[in-house]
Amino acid sequence: MAIIKLPERKITDLKDVCKSFNNEKGELINVLHKAQGIFGYLPAEVQEVIAKELNLPVAHVYGVVTFYSFFTMTPKGEHPISVCLGTACYVRGSEKVLEEFKRLLKIQVGQTTADGKFSLSCLRCVGACGLAPVVMVGEKVYGRVSPDGVKDIVEEFNN
Amino acid sequence: MKQKQLRIALRNCGVIDPERIEDYIAKDGYLALGKVLTELTPEATIEIIKKSGLRGRGGGGFPTGLKWEITRKVHGDQKYVVCNADEGDPGAFMDRSVLEGDPHSVLEAMAINGYCTGASKGLVYIRAEYPLAIERLKIAMKQAREYGFLGDQILGTGFCFDIEIRYGAGAFVCGEETALIHSMEGLRGEPTVKPPFPSESGYLGKPSNVNNVETYANIPVIINKGADWFASIGSAKSKGTKVFALAGKINNVGLVEVPMGTTLREVIYEIGGGIRDGKAFKAAQTGGPSGGCLTVKHLDIPIDYDNLIAAGSMMGSGGMIVMDEDDCMVAIAKFYLEFTVEESCGKCSPCRIGNKRLFEILEKITQGNGILEDLDKLKNLGKVIIDTSLCGLGQSSPNPVLSTLDNFYDEYIDHVTYKKCKSKVCKSLMTYIIDEEKCIGCTLCARNCPVNAISGERKQAHYIDPEKCIKCGACMEKCKFNAIFIN
Amino acid sequence: MELIKLTIDGKPVEAEKDTTILKAAKTVGIDIPTLCYFQLKDMNIENRPGGCRICVVEVKGRRNLAPACTTLVSGGMEVNTHSIRVLNARRTVLELILSDHPAECLTCAKSGSCELQSMAQQLGVREIPYQGEQSTYRKDTSPAIIRDVDKCIMCRRCEMMCNEVQTVGALSAVNRGFMAVVAPAFEMNLEKSTCTYCGQCVSVCPTGALTEVDHTRNVINALADPAKTVVVQTAPAVRAALGEEFGLEPGTLVTGKMVAALRRLGFDYVFDTDFAADLTIMEEGTELLDRLTRYLEGDPSVQLPILTSCCPGWVNFFEHHFPELRDIPSTAKSPQQMFGPIAKEYFAKKLGIDRKNMIVVSIMPCLAKKYECQRDEFKVSGDPDVNYSISTRELAAFIKLANIDFDAMPEEEFDKPMGESTGASVIFGTTGGVIEAACRTAYELYTHKKLAKVDFNELRGFESIRHATIDFNGLLLNIGIAHGLGNARKLLEDIKEGKSQFHAIEIMACPGGCIGGGGQPYHHGDSAILKKRASALYREDAGKPIRKSHENPFIISLYKEFLGAPGSDRSHHLLHTKYFDRSASVFVEE
Repeated sequence: MAIIKLPERKITDLKDVCKSFNNEKGELINVLHKAQGIFGYLPAEVQEVIAKELNLPVAHVYGVVTFYSFFTMTPKGEHPISVCLGTACYVRGSEKVLEEFKRLLKIQVGQTTADGKFSLSCLRCVGACGLAPVVMVGEKVYGRVSPDGVKDIVEEFNN
Repeated sequence: MKQKQLRIALRNCGVIDPERIEDYIAKDGYLALGKVLTELTPEATIEIIKKSGLRGRGGGGFPTGLKWEITRKVHGDQKYVVCNADEGDPGAFMDRSVLEGDPHSVLEAMAINGYCTGASKGLVYIRAEYPLAIERLKIAMKQAREYGFLGDQILGTGFCFDIEIRYGAGAFVCGEETALIHSMEGLRGEPTVKPPFPSESGYLGKPSNVNNVETYANIPVIINKGADWFASIGSAKSKGTKVFALAGKINNVGLVEVPMGTTLREVIYEIGGGIRDGKAFKAAQTGGPSGGCLTVKHLDIPIDYDNLIAAGSMMGSGGMIVMDEDDCMVAIAKFYLEFTVEESCGKCSPCRIGNKRLFEILEKITQGNGILEDLDKLKNLGKVIIDTSLCGLGQSSPNPVLSTLDNFYDEYIDHVTYKKCKSKVCKSLMTYIIDEEKCIGCTLCARNCPVNAISGERKQAHYIDPEKCIKCGACMEKCKFNAIFIN
Repeated sequence: MELIKLTIDGKPVEAEKDTTILKAAKTVGIDIPTLCYFQLKDMNIENRPGGCRICVVEVKGRRNLAPACTTLVSGGMEVNTHSIRVLNARRTVLELILSDHPAECLTCAKSGSCELQSMAQQLGVREIPYQGEQSTYRKDTSPAIIRDVDKCIMCRRCEMMCNEVQTVGALSAVNRGFMAVVAPAFEMNLEKSTCTYCGQCVSVCPTGALTEVDHTRNVINALADPAKTVVVQTAPAVRAALGEEFGLEPGTLVTGKMVAALRRLGFDYVFDTDFAADLTIMEEGTELLDRLTRYLEGDPSVQLPILTSCCPGWVNFFEHHFPELRDIPSTAKSPQQMFGPIAKEYFAKKLGIDRKNMIVVSIMPCLAKKYECQRDEFKVSGDPDVNYSISTRELAAFIKLANIDFDAMPEEEFDKPMGESTGASVIFGTTGGVIEAACRTAYELYTHKKLAKVDFNELRGFESIRHATIDFNGLLLNIGIAHGLGNARKLLEDIKEGKSQFHAIEIMACPGGCIGGGGQPYHHGDSAILKKRASALYREDAGKPIRKSHENPFIISLYKEFLGAPGSDRSHHLLHTKYFDRSASVFVEE
């Protein structure tokens, strides 16, 4: 198997994160949150470092990572697009909005465009049901998005 | 007609600056904590909560005072007070609003709970997707410590209590209290069989009192205004108010807080301003993926825990999605099942496989391949999943199917027997047809069809080949003469 | 103790507090079906995640059905285990499980021993009404274990064994919902994980999701090759369990029948691993005495305790998890691997054949042995000392395949010379046996006195961690024993922290020792079977004319003729090994 080298500095950061939680097993989820903050995602190597620091089997860490939808093992795009499929958004047509993103970006949910610019995911309710349907690009929230409006959103980040 | 609302849990939301503890204090904040610590015994305080009739607002409706009493009575060197802020029901956001708008009320209530149950540590389990709520909570905790409402020897008494934050990571099942506890322990958020309940053996095996945000938000007011005052609001067995997140096809979306016992009609027509675009009300889904739908015949029943269950739904955390004539109830059931399938933890077989099968049957029906026998399968399977699943998720996940089957059986028959979706939602059951009378043969539709399904000579009526048509709707959108319709 | 009164299916039942409905029902002859539930009573092993929901029962006044395996009895409870509601629910749940299970019974390795299959039979399932997508995963073949987790029903027994009992941590539940399954990290191959191949996951798997790699075909091919001389060795624990596969009572000794059957299968020489176990005692015992003497003389370079090294699952365990302690275990090879070079370097030469033309087959209660014989250090120019290792289960299937009526077999003797063994070597197959055998020899070699009593009862039993002090004529030797790797871990942690008081420790990876090995007939959670196997071995030991390894006449002549003395250069070359650090991570370079 190919050995991927993580940047030394980031590994040190990661170990510091573990240490900040006293290398306690029970803090695994907190550590994973921080690790995803550092690396943007949780590749196998990162999970292995965490396992070692927290003295946990790496299978256990992987079991936890794959349980929670917030954690991902694939790097996200520069502009991660999330379409809300919560009930309020759904009844107001967010599925069509999602279809339009898939069509325009030529990717499926969970994938990243070839140029690494966009990734597409679904999420369940950001608590902005009044603005349904809601789309998030990074931290930015777009409300009352129609399928026609999808093109404009993509273009906004394409320049 | 907003006077129908009564704000108890949301009393301070939008009224005070949540980042200023002084604002909260000015609204009688931490008065209840002071009163409890200096004037009341834990037992007396629990008695007030019991007398108030407050029931858990997270969905189950377990009497809050009783839960506190059980936790108090269990022996333990260390106990925990847990706040469930893992609001995962899609379409409900009252907990977020409380934490963003009035975080101190939750902290105060947790401290009171700690005093009553004998816990010195509190934990807030909150969705990582709520950055603002987390931020406000952190600010509030810092301020509360500075003012001596948290930490050692609170208000000069011997009572010590402090709070930590734990983050969820995107798993709906973690709203279930045993799953939540495992998640806080750094494990997969899988539920375990109850008993033992968390009150007996919870976080790290210690007695842990778990309540949700909205429940806590009620506590300080109950202490300040008294159990009798609280018990005077609401219906016979459901006291106080309930916050609902109104969404869907309704004019006024957003949070509403109404006394228990308010009718659905009052909520939808008087507070919610009626159905959008003047359309007809069809159903309201309460309780999210665990709930069922209420229909026209339920418009006048008073909403409380027991009536909702009797109507085949449940209170849940308070999501209320309103649907109109354009919504297909089979598709709605499928939507909820898709959610459940995604969120099932996979530990027990009926939930792991059963919900998947329910979803597949619904998908088959919405694709026009259903047979009558499938409806029996849905019913039997749904009942068995409820009867045999390990936790609340599986024990309620078939509700959307069973309740739509009960209330909208005709729609299922339409899909299964007549292969029709009257709401024009289920794509596979739609046929796009060109009205020969109206079509002038401009060819615009044919040129825009992505699969070349439309044929016809210029200036003559066109025809859509139903075999080739992928039902994208592009033709209908482009037609300037309204010549294309859906059958 | 206060008794709780309840009724189950109308029958009055009295049960102690904290008894489950499942156990209370058993006391009145009601056998509620279970699937994920698993227990090895005397080993403190229990799996009750409450996940399969097959054992649901109706409790009056309760809204939903209750899982009998986890629901505790309470006063006045009225339980119905076969109401129509229960039967319908139970059948539907099973139909659901079957709807996500490949219908491959005819070709499945587990067919006949599969608990899911029996359950379908028991509940009379004749069709699977809920068809749909099946969860599928990559098939994974390691040197010892095959994972075909399309057949996994998420009972979590393997996960419990691997984590709670063995503390190996190679397996975990991964993913969520419909795709949830038990797998190694990153769903990579078991071979890349920290798996020790102890095979305990296989021994508890109710279905064919976890099975051993079957080497029977290689053996058949070797037997069919006239150019090859095929030698077989059988481990001690095999003879105490093989009979179960032919319907004999657990604990029936089938040594003689087994030898006869092996001969009829066409093996040229039927030898006994027990002989090699005696050899192990000579080498390991000498090493113990040597280390002990030097230690007592104050040699600072000597480390104690000395740990046994005949269990390959255990060797894999410390190489993965405690590589820093790898100087502590005895360097003596396991009996299987001592047998190999004696067969190929000594016996083959006597026969005048090239070692490449000799095929050594071992019959083992163990799956880790399959991996052990493939290790590079146990090969000479690519030729393994032991070519193939097959399990007790594989041998039983092979015997059936060859149309041999096992029960009708006469009692036959092992071939000479490598079939000669002592009672000491027979008890290698159970926890405490190796150290007892070592004590018998070490005592006499150290004290130059005859043992008054050969049996060391203080070393026997099934308790997870045991200790005893043996008086070596004034020298008090502290002995520790652990079976199950989780228990071994506890002793290792003590050693690491310098807290260990022991001079010598015996470790066996499997609960109960080799009698409970991953390659043995399935015990389906009946720990009485394990006990019967153990007592069978002690019985065979007691009946042997020679019961101390150093008195084995062939061992004596082998040293005289070939090896020199225990610990000699030649012995070291052929009978000792070294250990490796396998803790290095798979992904991260450090």
